[in-house]
Amino acid sequence: MLHIYCPYCGEHREESEFRPKGQAHIIRPKDPVNTSDEEWGDYLFFRENPRGIHHEMWVHAVGCRKFFNVTRDTVSYEILEVYKMGEQPTVTAATQQKGGQK
Amino acid sequence: MSKVAIIDQCAGSDVRAESPMHHVKVPSVAANPGVVLEQKPFLGHMTLRGNSADDAFCAAIQQVLGVALPLQPSALVHDASGENSIQWISPDEWLIVVPGGREFEVETALHQAYSGHFAIVTVSGGQTLLTLSGPNALDVLHKSTVYDVHPRNFPVGKGITSNFAKATAIIRRPSEDVWELIVRRSFADYCYRWLVDASREYGVSVKV
Ligand SMILES: [Zn+2]
Repeated sequence: MLHIYCPYCGEHREESEFRPKGQAHIIRPKDPVNTSDEEWGDYLFFRENPRGIHHEMWVHAVGCRKFFNVTRDTVSYEILEVYKMGEQPTVTAATQQKGGQK
Repeated sequence: MSKVAIIDQCAGSDVRAESPMHHVKVPSVAANPGVVLEQKPFLGHMTLRGNSADDAFCAAIQQVLGVALPLQPSALVHDASGENSIQWISPDEWLIVVPGGREFEVETALHQAYSGHFAIVTVSGGQTLLTLSGPNALDVLHKSTVYDVHPRNFPVGKGITSNFAKATAIIRRPSEDVWELIVRRSFADYCYRWLVDASREYGVSVKV
């Protein structure tokens, strides 16, 4: 059972209050009409499946019903940081490698 | 005054109203009940959405309800009479509970006091309020929710939404000895049965 910090409620809550919502920071192509099928297909259907650092969205479905971002290690399930919508992660695969961890 | 069409959704006292608990079977009262379970039916419940960064919005709420809009997560505030309350649900959502039948008056007054972008929706028919009290009320909550309801984590004036039994409920603590549960109408029967069952070992007194 994960204990997840909701940045809007400002406290840790049980995993059962949340739903995972997949990879975060996916940007919709600005000009869909002039986007190639391949690019559009990547945007719609293709997701990363990394071993290690993963930035993903969660929704506090039973609580405040807000979406937020989580940086999670897919090997250990450890949540390394939680940040609000519109913000950028501070823990990334690059910073983790520099720190010599994992 | 904002340009919004509003109607009085309350049918009035000449129409017979049935609470979500109107049909339930009340168990016989235990001697020295450890848990007292009560419904407060037909209260006025309203969902408020708006931007709390707008001072005019906050001022309008204060003016109409006589209590400041709570901006702290999970805060529950009551006015001096104790009859009107506002609970923080989300950064842009609050639950207002007023005496039943006051909804239209509050809605109208709010639209008069503030013309910015906001919404207030009466949801009185969609949910109901239960109170849990008695020396074992906390034990029943411990069995029923994943949330940490220990008083050190749940002081008076707090209200949260969490899993309750296998449903969802708003759990709030308006005073030292009383816990309030706000449950959906469609889950009221289930939650009631759960509560009676979970309270049975302590002895329960029910008033719906
Ligand atoms: Zn939350």
